[in-house]
Amino acid sequence: MNDKVDVLIVGSGASGAAVAWSLADTKMRIVCLEQGDWMKQSDYPTNGTDYDSRLFRDFATSPNIRKRPSDYPINDDASPIKVVNFNAVGGSTVMYTAHYPRLHPSDFRVRSLDGVADDWPIDYQTLDPFFAENDRMMGTSGLAGDPAYPPHQPTMPPLPLGRSGTKIAQTMNKLGWHWWPSDTALATTEYEGRAPCINLGHCTPACAQGAKASTDITYWPAAIRAGVELRTNCRVREISVGPDGMANGVIYYDANDVEQFLGAEVVILACNGVGTPRLLLNSVSGKFPSGLANSSGLVGKNLMFHPWSHIYGYVDEPMDGHRGPPLCIWSQEFYETGKDRDFVRGFNFQFNRGMPVATEAVNTEAAGLVPWGDGHHDAFRALMGHRLTVGVCTEDLPEEHNRVTLDPVLKDRHGIPAPKIDYTIGDNTNRMLDFAVARAREIMDAAGARHVGVIRPLPLSGWHLLGTARMGHDPERSVVNGWGRSHDVKNLFIVDGSVFVTSGGVNPTSTIQAVALYIADKIKQRLATLFD
Amino acid sequence: MTDQTLTPAEIADFHCLAGIVVPASTRYKVPGADDDAIFADILNSLERDTDPVRVALALLRTHAGGSFAALSPARRAEVAAKLRADGGTPVAVLTRNVLLCYYRDPRVMVSLGLEARPPFPKGHVVDQGDWSLLDPVRARPPFWRPAPR
Ligand SMILES: Cc1cc2nc3c(=O)[nH]c(=O)nc-3n(C[C@H](O)[C@H](O)[C@H](O)COP(=O)(O)OP(=O)(O)OC[C@H]3O[C@@H](n4cnc5c(N)ncnc54)[C@H](O)[C@@H]3O)c2cc1C
Repeated sequence: MNDKVDVLIVGSGASGAAVAWSLADTKMRIVCLEQGDWMKQSDYPTNGTDYDSRLFRDFATSPNIRKRPSDYPINDDASPIKVVNFNAVGGSTVMYTAHYPRLHPSDFRVRSLDGVADDWPIDYQTLDPFFAENDRMMGTSGLAGDPAYPPHQPTMPPLPLGRSGTKIAQTMNKLGWHWWPSDTALATTEYEGRAPCINLGHCTPACAQGAKASTDITYWPAAIRAGVELRTNCRVREISVGPDGMANGVIYYDANDVEQFLGAEVVILACNGVGTPRLLLNSVSGKFPSGLANSSGLVGKNLMFHPWSHIYGYVDEPMDGHRGPPLCIWSQEFYETGKDRDFVRGFNFQFNRGMPVATEAVNTEAAGLVPWGDGHHDAFRALMGHRLTVGVCTEDLPEEHNRVTLDPVLKDRHGIPAPKIDYTIGDNTNRMLDFAVARAREIMDAAGARHVGVIRPLPLSGWHLLGTARMGHDPERSVVNGWGRSHDVKNLFIVDGSVFVTSGGVNPTSTIQAVALYIADKIKQRLATLFD
Repeated sequence: MTDQTLTPAEIADFHCLAGIVVPASTRYKVPGADDDAIFADILNSLERDTDPVRVALALLRTHAGGSFAALSPARRAEVAAKLRADGGTPVAVLTRNVLLCYYRDPRVMVSLGLEARPPFPKGHVVDQGDWSLLDPVRARPPFWRPAPR
């Protein structure tokens, strides 16, 4: 189909869905190309008793393990942190755990406040209305009044504390440290046709109840009603450029694997912090020999992951175990830079309830806590349902050697070069992890936990893919401007996590979507002069 | 191409090993992972893990100096301990497959005090917990760091 559209969006995940919905009220002809298909809640793992097994198969978080037709391989051998994602309508929000904090005001000003990295060209106050709009669209649960944040009002009441939350809260109060019920994108009441959470225990491998706000069930129905066309099973190979140096469309493989061209006035990339640089680097032409929008040489560089660690232990009292969403409460006691520490910036503690029974068996056996043979049953029964886990989400600073490039050999099933990740954890982050793990051990001690273990870093925790096409005012030091437009190609926009200048120390999706809505708003305001 | 089926000799060794990983328990009234139904589930579920499991079973055979199933119970325990200690990823994959199938067997779930059913659509109950614990945190003044615009 060799037609031409006004706006062509690549990727239907967190940011692609938000930008599509927002731009729909312009009544322009908008088409989104998505390499994956629609998902069905009736196919999700918690519909069956084999749900734990599917975490290692068709619902594995790593595309290299999952190997669905919509997945592309990623060479992450040179990274201690492996990329995890999901490729379908809704993108990685189909898989995410839906922990939904916002970045803080200080996160946008790290150069001014702490002398590291760079300030963002936008700030928290500018994004505030877009955070609120996104909260309404996604439906968030939480509790207003957290002293760690500027005031904001989640749309639904918080998740229950349960036994695990109560135990953690008692422990944190004993230590005198901050905690608060997490903001989540899980419905705790009926919300816009979504049923409330019924504590299935599994949020990450997709929510069979539909309580989790993945964008296939939030933004997309509204965007499609408003006239946006979503074409599934369409993998974009490259963005093509006209003689004037402007993007004029994309070349993609359709659902029958047939190569197609779709022309467009405006191209918007929403393929995430790995997929977007991959696409730009694959879009090579005489005018753009090192990849599109890459005159700064920064496409793919400054990859940030939020190096993540888990500290776990087992308490005497029964916890929530396999019941309830893993999410529960957070602590931002150590979020802001502390004068007496040997690192700048900070981290978030994300407390988890427990895990499903079979997964707990696999983990306790692998950790050497449960033997083979005679002692197996006693050991496992003493631990099952008694786990406490603290996840540490550290701020990752941008470093150019942490990067996405194209693998010279590895290709996806369409023959498109696959991304290669080179990544090491920075010194500041390592010192932060030392500190965070020590504090987490104090939490476990105060809780009276036994068998305390540390997984540092958690290998399959490359879920936050940020910084690889950063925003900024200076075209030599950034890929897009302060409202997402490429410095080099004036009808090319990027709206996903690639544009993050710094990572903050919390999960990014709420901020990714707020930024996408902000960029859409800027596009709408400037329609007449968009390419000036 | 992966041959999705194990040989009879591999199956015999695997069957014995499964019963060592998780033995039956009269105390908890549960079968072992070598129970017919559970072991059939394990074999039927191997799919993409067949290759690493085969590698683990080959190592088991090497450690056993031949058929593992043919060894005496005492010798099997020694060989299994050695396999667990030095088997690496293939043995971890094998063990994972055993445990994932064992801990979904209805008899095992009931013995653990759990309902033998998928989580959806019934879900689970989680108590609200004690929200008064939040009072000292609520009393804390805002401590987010203001930033220049
Ligand atoms: C297991 C897991 C847990 C997570 N938990 C959390 C959490 O608790 N909180 C949180 O904030 N974040 C979490 N995340 C991260 C969150 O999912 C991402 O931050 C968010 O989805 C990123 O949005 P995005 O729009 O940048 O990209 P994505 O949502 O990843 O969407 C990108 C889309 O682009 C499509 N695409 C890519 N390349 C092409 C191409 N060439 N052609 C066509 N389509 C293409 C993909 O198929 C995909 O649908 C988690 C992620 C995972 C995997």
